[in-house]
This record gives sequence, C-alpha cells and structure tokens, in this order.
Amino acid sequence: MTATPDDCLARNEWICGDYLSTRREILWDATLQHLQLTFVSVALGLLLAVPLAVAARRLRWAAAPVLGVTTILYTIPSLAMFSLLLPVYGLSASLVVTGLVLYSLTLLVRNILAGLRSVPAEARQAARGMGYGPTRQLLAVELPLALPAAMAGLRIATVSAVSLVTIGAIVGFGGLGNLIYSGMSTYFKAQVLTASVLCVVIAVAADLVLLGIQRVLTPWSRPTRRAAA
Amino acid sequence: MNTLAQTWDWLTSSANWSGQDGVWRRLGQHLYLTSVCLVISCAIALPVALVLGHLGKGGALAVNISNVGRAVPTFAVLVLLLLSPIGTWGDWPTVVALVLFAVPPLLTNAYVGMRGVDRDVVRAARGMGMTGSQTLLRVELPLATPLVLTGVRIAAVQLVATATVAALAGGGGLGRIITAGFNLASTPQVVAGAVLVAALALMVEGVFVAVERSAPVWARGQAS
Repeated sequence: MTATPDDCLARNEWICGDYLSTRREILWDATLQHLQLTFVSVALGLLLAVPLAVAARRLRWAAAPVLGVTTILYTIPSLAMFSLLLPVYGLSASLVVTGLVLYSLTLLVRNILAGLRSVPAEARQAARGMGYGPTRQLLAVELPLALPAAMAGLRIATVSAVSLVTIGAIVGFGGLGNLIYSGMSTYFKAQVLTASVLCVVIAVAADLVLLGIQRVLTPWSRPTRRAAA
Repeated sequence: MNTLAQTWDWLTSSANWSGQDGVWRRLGQHLYLTSVCLVISCAIALPVALVLGHLGKGGALAVNISNVGRAVPTFAVLVLLLLSPIGTWGDWPTVVALVLFAVPPLLTNAYVGMRGVDRDVVRAARGMGMTGSQTLLRVELPLATPLVLTGVRIAAVQLVATATVAALAGGGGLGRIITAGFNLASTPQVVAGAVLVAALALMVEGVFVAVERSAPVWARGQAS
C-alpha cells in the first residue's frame, strides 16, 4: 500500500491504470472465483431443473407444488437467503453456491416448463405414431423443441447469478463482490469501480456466449425474446 | 437444532424488538424506504411507459432495460453511489439505488401491457371520435392494468430485496439486523434477521397477489 505521493492510487481516483497493473493478481483471483461460483451454481441448477420441469410436465399434480415452491424461493431476498443457509453451511463457498442454485432453479424450471408446454401436440402425436416410446419422445422431440425457451431461461439465470455472487461477500465468498466490499470500507474508489465494471463485463460476455451456443444448438429457429418476468 | 432454538429465543425476546436497533424501528425504516421508493419509481416509470406504449415507440429500450437491470449488481451500484459525491447525503444513495432497480420491471411490464391491447379496440376507440389522450386513459390503460399491476408487484418485491442489501452499504432497514449479526458472529441473530426479511418479502408479494385477485374481472391478469 505504499504508493508514491503523486499517482492516481494516492489521489484515490475512480479510474486508475496503476491499480490494474499493481493488483492484477488480486483481480484475477477474484474474477476466477466469480466465474467458478457462477458456473457451478448454474450448472447444478440446470441439473436439478430439467428433471423437475419434466416431472411437472408429465405428472399433472406435480406442476403446482414445483412452481409454487420455486416462486417462494425466488421471492426471498438474496441477503436473507444466504443468511438462512448460514447454520447449515457456515462461512463457506457451498453456502453461496446453494443460494444461487435455488435462485436459478426458479428461472430455469419456469422457462423449461414453458418450453415443454409449447411443444405442438401434432409433434408429439407424430412421434408416437412413428413408434417413439415416452423416453425417446422426450429426448428426441420434446426437449429439442423446448430448447429455445430453456436457453432464454438459462441466459437470464446466468446473468442474475453473476450479479448475485457479489452478495456472497457477506460470507467472504463473493468473487469480485469481495473487492467491492473491502473497497467500500477503505473508500478505495478504483477498486470498487474496476470490480463493478468487471461484473457487468462478465455478465454480458456470459450472455453472448450462451446466445452463441443457442444459435448453434437450434439452427432451425430464431431465438425468441420474451418479456422479463 | 440448537441454532433454531436460539433463533426462536432471539425472535421472542422483547429486548430485540424495541430501541434504536430494535426490530420495530428497522421494520419501520424498511417499509418507509420501500414505499417512498415505490411511489417515486411509479411516478417516473409509469407515465413514460404508458406514453411510449401508446405511441408504440421506444419498445427496444423499454424491453431491454430489464435485462440491463439484471446484469448490474445491486451491491455494486450501492457502493458506487456511496463513494460518489451524493454518498454524504444521508439516505439518498440508498433511495437512488432502490429507484434504479425498481424502474425496469415497471417500465417493461407497463409497456408490454400497453402494446398488448387489441389493436381493433384501439381503432374502435378512434372511430368513436376519442382523442389520443382519451384512448390512452379510458381504453388502453384499463386494458393494460393487469400487466401494470404485475410490474408494480415485481418492483415492490425487488425494493424489499434491494433495501435489505442496502444494509451492507450502511443503509437502514431489516438488513441491518443481519449485518449486525454477522459482525457479532451471532448466527441466531443472522438467521432471525433473515427470517424477518423473508417473511416481509413474502407478505408484500402476498398482499399484491390478494389485491390482484380482488380486483374487478377486467383488471385480473396472469401472474407472470
């Protein structure tokens, strides 16, 4: 922390090139943690959401409880969600991941279910007519046709997760949020601004990557944009 | 199980409910911040969205602003405002951040609601000799009410959540019970604060759902 008196670090400026060069490692570690937390959470969320959405589609009685519970989970503010998990996980990365998984579940289940419901009855009947069993019909017909809506949900869930990771700073596992948190208590402007901008950059980059994946996976359809829920 | 019992003790001890840092005062701050910011956000967002929706202009902005709002971390905005020149103006950083995050859902839903009004109905209104503002207020607005209300509900829940995060950046409200609990390394207090915040958020959501249910038939919408 010993800066020469006349550089932008000492003057505590918002934009500071010296900050980038002197704290490269800290920034890199925080970004890496941010990416890991986001990726693990969204991947686990997806792993849980697909069977839940399929169950809600196949079993009529399951739809209402699945949608109800995930909606309630989504309503709980992030800081409260992390705090409620504290007795279970203590101050750990698992706490942040679990909280984020619960949030992505809502967005993913809702969108995958909407996608499955939008599969035309004719397509399902045609699959049955061609002798497809329930499993093959699901894997070869229904899930591919639900893909655009599911990917829309995945993009929203990922962007939200990138932004919510910062709240994990309360337990010390917030990726770039840690830098914002410590920058706040020391009034370190360059650190707060750099970390905030990096968060937005990660969110936009992740969104674009997923959009690219969606284009590759669904060459037969243009991506449908739906209004935010 | 021990933590649960201690949390219960924290919540039932009257000492924690009264005084400067008591639950009642924090709850009052939380509700005050939330309702003031909801009124400000509605006053800013709804006229803009209704006029844009009526004119059919600015759709890309109105719809995409929600996506932008999701990508920007609440916590980062709060801290940036706190370190900016307005950071010294008491509650203003919190109020500005809260309004910033409540405007997108209001704007998007009201705009989508206005555009969703059957064009034939709008043409019929014009055929009856209604002026632009008459069409807006007497035809389009009533028909768009369900989605406008949905936007208000999402914004209200978002405000409760953002006001909680504001405690991390030194703002008032129930979040302060949680952050104080973390500082004291008191898990029961953290959990008690979280339970209160979660209950408040679910209650706000419940009140809006009840309002939507009890509304006249034409104003009922699909929850989305």
